[in-house]
Amino acid sequence: MTLLELDGVTRDFDVSRRWLNRLLEGEPRRLLRAVDGVSFSLERGETLALVGESGSGKSTLARLIAGLYRPTQGRIAFHGKRVQMIFQDPYASLNPRWRVREIVAEPIRVLFRRSTAETCSKVGELLLQVGLSPEDGEKYPHQFSGGQRQRISIARALAGEPDLLICDEPTSALDVSVQAQILNLMSELQRRLSLTYLFISHNLAVVSQVADRVGVLYLGRLVELASASELFTRPRHPYTRMLMDAVPDIEISGRARTPVAGEVPNPLAPPSGCAFHPRCPYAYDRCVAERPPSLDRVACHAIEEGRIS
Amino acid sequence: MFLKRAWDHELAWHFRRSPVAIAAALLTLACVGAALLAPWIAPQDPFNVAVLDLNEAFLPPAWLPGGKAAFLLGSDNQGRDILSTILYGARISLGVGLASVALALVLGVSAGLAAGYLGGRTDALIMRIADVQLSFPAILIALLVDGVARVALPASSQDRIAIPVLVLSIGFAGWVQYARAVRGSTLVERQKEYVQAARVIGRSPLAIMAEHVLPNVLGPVLVIATIHIATAIITEATLSFLGVGVPATQPSLGTLIRVGNEFLYSGEWWITVFPGAALVVLVLSVNLVGDWLRDALNPRLR
Repeated sequence: MTLLELDGVTRDFDVSRRWLNRLLEGEPRRLLRAVDGVSFSLERGETLALVGESGSGKSTLARLIAGLYRPTQGRIAFHGKRVQMIFQDPYASLNPRWRVREIVAEPIRVLFRRSTAETCSKVGELLLQVGLSPEDGEKYPHQFSGGQRQRISIARALAGEPDLLICDEPTSALDVSVQAQILNLMSELQRRLSLTYLFISHNLAVVSQVADRVGVLYLGRLVELASASELFTRPRHPYTRMLMDAVPDIEISGRARTPVAGEVPNPLAPPSGCAFHPRCPYAYDRCVAERPPSLDRVACHAIEEGRIS
Repeated sequence: MFLKRAWDHELAWHFRRSPVAIAAALLTLACVGAALLAPWIAPQDPFNVAVLDLNEAFLPPAWLPGGKAAFLLGSDNQGRDILSTILYGARISLGVGLASVALALVLGVSAGLAAGYLGGRTDALIMRIADVQLSFPAILIALLVDGVARVALPASSQDRIAIPVLVLSIGFAGWVQYARAVRGSTLVERQKEYVQAARVIGRSPLAIMAEHVLPNVLGPVLVIATIHIATAIITEATLSFLGVGVPATQPSLGTLIRVGNEFLYSGEWWITVFPGAALVVLVLSVNLVGDWLRDALNPRLR
C-alpha cells in the first residue's frame, strides 16, 4: 500500500541579496533550486534510502516531506496519519532546557491530549523501548552521550505514533560502534511497530545495511532509484557507478578503486541538460543540450540509447 | 536540597571567589534592605506634616556645630530629617527602577523574539523602529513620553500618576537593547533542530517562541537587566532632577538632589550631597553586581 507519493516536487530558495543592494547594484533575484522535479513513491513498511553528496538536496527533500517547507512546484501526497523526523545532530535536536521526560512527552501532550498519568507511563514505556530507563526522564539532555541522545530523539519521534519516520542522517554524528547500535534499534523498532522509514544518508555502508530501496540524488535531481541489492551489485547511472567505485571495499576484490572525480557544480548555476555531464565519462552533445527523462527509474541518455547497460 | 544545588552551581563558585562581587552584593542587599524597611528604620516619617517642625529646618549634620543627634545627616528647608528622606527616596528610586526595567524587559524580549523567529517583514519593521529609537538618547525618549503623557492627562491627576508615567517612559526608552540581544540569540536558536522537531508536530510559532526559544535566550537578558537597573535609577534621578519626574511630595533621590541643589550656594550642602552620595552607592553596587554577572556568564572571559 502506498504511503507517500511525490510528483515533480521542486523547491527553490531565494538567496538573493537584500532588496536595496539588488536595486543599487542592478543584481537580479537569485534562486537556488535545492530539489528539482523529484518523483517517487513509498510503500508501507519499507525503508527507502536517499543518498547523495553534500548539497544534493537530501535534507531539503526530507524537510519538504516533513512539512517544514512547502514545495515550490509539484505535489506531495501522504496517505498516513503522521510524519515524525529524527535529526542528524543529537546535540541540537533536544531542547537543552527541558528534561528528557518533557521532551518525550511533548508530542503526546500536543497531539493526543492525554492525562498526565497516562502521558507519564507512556513516556516511561517509550524510554524502555529505546533502551533507556524511565528514571532517565528526570535528567537533562547534556547528561547523556551522543548515542543516548539519539535514542531519546527516537523515543520522542515514536511518541507521535508516526506512520512515516524520516531519518535525516541519524547516525552520521555518532561513533562507528554506536552507529551500529542505533541502526539495530531502528530496524528492531521497524519490525515491531511496522514503521516506514525514509532514510537520508551519505554513508553507503549504512544504506546497504538498512535500505530496501535506494534513490540517488544529484544536484536536487533523482538520477536513479532501484532496490538496494540491485543498486549495490549493478549500478546503472554513471554517477551511481562513480559512487560505488569510491566505496572502500573490505574483501580486496582486486577491483580498482576510483576516487570520485570532480566536484558538485555550483547549484546556483547548474549545468545545462543533464546536471552530471561535466563529470560524466559517457557525456556527449545530447547530454549538454537536453535533460534526460527518468526512464525505467534511471535518468541517463547513454543508458536510454543502450551505449552503456 | 535546593540551597545545596545553588551553592554547588558554577555561578556560585565564581561568586565565592570574587571579593568585589561579594562586597557589591552585600552593599546592594544593604541598600535594598534599608529602602524596603524605611518605614520601620527611618528616625522620622518625612511625609507626615504633623511631625515636621520648621524650627528644626536647615540643621547641619549631627557632628557639626549646631547639629542635633536626632538629625544624623541634618535636616532640609522644611525640617525633614535627611537620612529619613534618603531611605524613603531610595525606596521610590528602586521601585521605579525595577518596574521600568521589568517593562523594558517584557517589551524588548517579546519584540526580539518576534523579530528573530518570524523574520521577514516583522523583523524589518521591529528592528527599524529600534534603529530609529537608538539614534535618540534614552533620556530624550523618556522626556518625550513623559511630556506627551503630561499633556494628554488631566492636570488634577498628575501627581497621582506621576510614578506610573515615569515607569512607562523609562521602560519604553530601554527596550531596544533587550530586543537586539534576544533577536540575535533567537536567530541562532531558530536554526537548531529542536525547533524544527517542535514544528514537525505542529506547534504554533507562539508556543515555540514561548516554550522552546525563550528559555534558551534568557541568559544574556538577565545580565542586561541587572546593569539596566542601575541605568534606570540614574535616568529616574535625572528626570526628577530636571523636574519632570516624581513630585516633591513623594521625593525620590533625584528629587531630593534637585530640591537640595537650591540651597547649595547658601551653604546648606548636606541637603543635596547626602542624597547624591546615596545614589552613587546604590548605582555603583548594582552596577558592580551586573558587571560581575556579565563576566561570570561570558565563557570567553573564564
